[in-house]
Amino acid sequence: MLKSMFLSGTALIAFPKLALAREFRGGETWPWAPGVADTPYFGTETGSYLNMAERAFVYAATARLIPSDDDGPGAREADVLTFIDRQLAGFYGRGQRWYMKGPWPEGLATQGYQSQHTPAELFRVCIDAIDQWCATNHDARFADLDEAMQDQILERIEAEDVTIEGAQIATFFDLLKEITIEGFFADPIYGGNRDMVAWHYVGFPGARYDYRDFIHHDGAPITMPPVSLAGRPGWNVDR
Amino acid sequence: METLPQADAVIIGFGWTGSIMAHELTKAGLNVVALERGGWRDTPTDFPPTLAPDELRYYWRHEMFQETSRETLTFRNNMSQTALPMRRWGSFLPGVGVGGAGVHWNGQTFRFLPSDFVAKTHNEERYGPLPPDMTVQDYGVTYDELEPHFDTFEKLCGISGKAGNIRGTIQEGGNPFEGWRSDEYPNPPMEMTFSQDRFDFAARGLGLNPFPAPSANMSQAYVNPLGMSLAPCTYCGFCEKFGCGNYSKAAPQTTIIPVVMRNPNFTLRTNSEVLHVNKHPDGTRATGVTYVDASGNLFEQPADVVVLCGYQLQNTRLMLLSEIGEPYNPQTGQGLVGKNYTYQVMSSVEVFYEEEFTNNFVGAGSLGMIVDDYNGDNFDHSGLGFIGGAYIGCWTTNARPIESHPVPEGTPEWGSEWKRAVRHNFLKQTSLSVHGASMAYRHNYLDLDPTYTDHWGRPLMRMTYDFTANDRLLTDHITPIAAEIARNMGGREIKINERRGSYDSMPYQTTHNTGGTIMGQTPADSVVNRYLQSWDLHNLFVMGAGVFPQNAGYNPTDTVAALTYWSAEAITSQYLRSPGPLVQA
Repeated sequence: MLKSMFLSGTALIAFPKLALAREFRGGETWPWAPGVADTPYFGTETGSYLNMAERAFVYAATARLIPSDDDGPGAREADVLTFIDRQLAGFYGRGQRWYMKGPWPEGLATQGYQSQHTPAELFRVCIDAIDQWCATNHDARFADLDEAMQDQILERIEAEDVTIEGAQIATFFDLLKEITIEGFFADPIYGGNRDMVAWHYVGFPGARYDYRDFIHHDGAPITMPPVSLAGRPGWNVDR
Repeated sequence: METLPQADAVIIGFGWTGSIMAHELTKAGLNVVALERGGWRDTPTDFPPTLAPDELRYYWRHEMFQETSRETLTFRNNMSQTALPMRRWGSFLPGVGVGGAGVHWNGQTFRFLPSDFVAKTHNEERYGPLPPDMTVQDYGVTYDELEPHFDTFEKLCGISGKAGNIRGTIQEGGNPFEGWRSDEYPNPPMEMTFSQDRFDFAARGLGLNPFPAPSANMSQAYVNPLGMSLAPCTYCGFCEKFGCGNYSKAAPQTTIIPVVMRNPNFTLRTNSEVLHVNKHPDGTRATGVTYVDASGNLFEQPADVVVLCGYQLQNTRLMLLSEIGEPYNPQTGQGLVGKNYTYQVMSSVEVFYEEEFTNNFVGAGSLGMIVDDYNGDNFDHSGLGFIGGAYIGCWTTNARPIESHPVPEGTPEWGSEWKRAVRHNFLKQTSLSVHGASMAYRHNYLDLDPTYTDHWGRPLMRMTYDFTANDRLLTDHITPIAAEIARNMGGREIKINERRGSYDSMPYQTTHNTGGTIMGQTPADSVVNRYLQSWDLHNLFVMGAGVFPQNAGYNPTDTVAALTYWSAEAITSQYLRSPGPLVQA
């Protein structure tokens, strides 16, 4: 069966010819040169995916998940919206590294993500569904409701107390919460955690790579400014 | 399809077991070809220090792992359910590419206990017959036989640790329960931080025997017996799920691959995915493998010896797809390929401090203190109703904030109160991990899925797995002991994360999947014999944790590697002289 499958050639069409196989013969030179690395990876895309209504929803909802308050910055200061927009525009949004073949029966809680939508599609479908539900039940789209009402709706979605035919809004909520936390805490090169506000807030020193001088801290605080993969403002030359 | 020139040996998968096997076989003069389905990966090209500490890229966007879009597995808790694909990784993280999962491991390098290798005999002698559904058995190889090979691997890696038993003499400061060692660890233990100091104090206060965890993170600069140099660990907190940019973590890349690559009788082909092992019509041996390269070209690679060195899940699947041996059927108990899938039973207890800082960003993959008093059969199980045990460890591995933002019991999961709790506790928490054994049961197994297929259109593997009666009793017994230690560590409060409910395939637990191609004493109880040689095809050898008949309460890599050296020795010293079954059925 395998032989016929491959000899027929049908299975080969879908295969990308981008990364060719390589052969490394023992005793020959190394496949890299000293001092040369892959180019730095500045996120996935700088593109944009969300439309205006979706932007308004994400801006409002992420600010409820991680609010800006008197204790410190939230999703807004960290620009989680830009992070999410770029992620959805890239391979993550396309579900490119995820197994996305059907069939799609309803899964059990222990079976994880079982939506047939890619993350980007799930955002599109569910934001639209939630905004319509809000319009029907509260005469306004989600972003225009007051914060207490927004909290209440998110809580009900999370608890599956509100369900919408054709839109897996509880799955969407889980994904939204996850990507909001990513956007808050990821390295700033991805567009969120702007100026490392989240790292400053919790005291994470970032991409430093050497703490040998601090091993024996014995419970004392270690205070140092965070560093991104792209450096930090203190390293800029004054002009 | 092009047929390539005959190789003396073909190795499928180029991680820890593949590179060790390649080294041993090329050393014996064989002409060896290794096929790796992922790409070339090395420190300077793929994870130099300027790029390595990127939590989003490597862990959350899975750059270190096999892409599920190409191949995943389906999962269900029991046979009455329909297995669905794991669309994204969760509970475990299979590697891909040169170095395999050996690139992104933590480096926690324990030996199994002598009694773990004779789990059935040992426990039945001491406690009576095992339950009828428990399919635990002996490995067929003993600790004494493996000891020199553990030692070889630990020196290859430069493991940092403190011996507890050198040739039968108990050593102060080491693990008094461990099997005998022929030698001290090649490097001293890592330096401990505040959390380990508190754990050590609390555990000693309870009469327990804490010791520094054996670590593949270097406590000092080290040159291994192959001449490879490793650098001192910088405690950067980007170890597990990441490549080490600093040459401080023993990985195939830092310890052995450069040596293998110098041999003119070795060839590595990357982006080359093996589709099946080919069998000779006489049914006694393999003739080689068929693989496809990244351009979609099919090749046949003939070889005198075939060694499966993929991840446990891959090796089992390749056996099933190649129709070697009889697939396991849990209804009848017949068949062996896919039998005895086991995992690891994890729980934890967190300690939150008020005044003191744990500063978890000063961490390393295997920076920890361990208590082994409740592992294996180190304690009396009479009347407890379970066998096996767990180590209790206080690790400080990271403060990577997407993954680790601990909050106390009762904190909401989002909103202002959550955010405040994250800030308040971010640098003031530590965790005690209870790392438990997993015993084989009749209804936990692997087979091919009837519905879902990979990117070649071939069946995915299906996992049917849930926690068992033994697991529940084990974790219920040992988690409270961890809690007692935690209470004595001087924190403000503790939080107990018990192992409850069915196995959930999504939250990360551990990449310690075992069984499926189990080893044993006769063709009636195992897929491979004590030398990891297939009972069916005498020139086929299967490496990896798939050969564990059940899993012990330790991280598997040291035992996986020791078994690889043991098998390689049997191949080079016995099999090559007279090819045929090394154990008569």
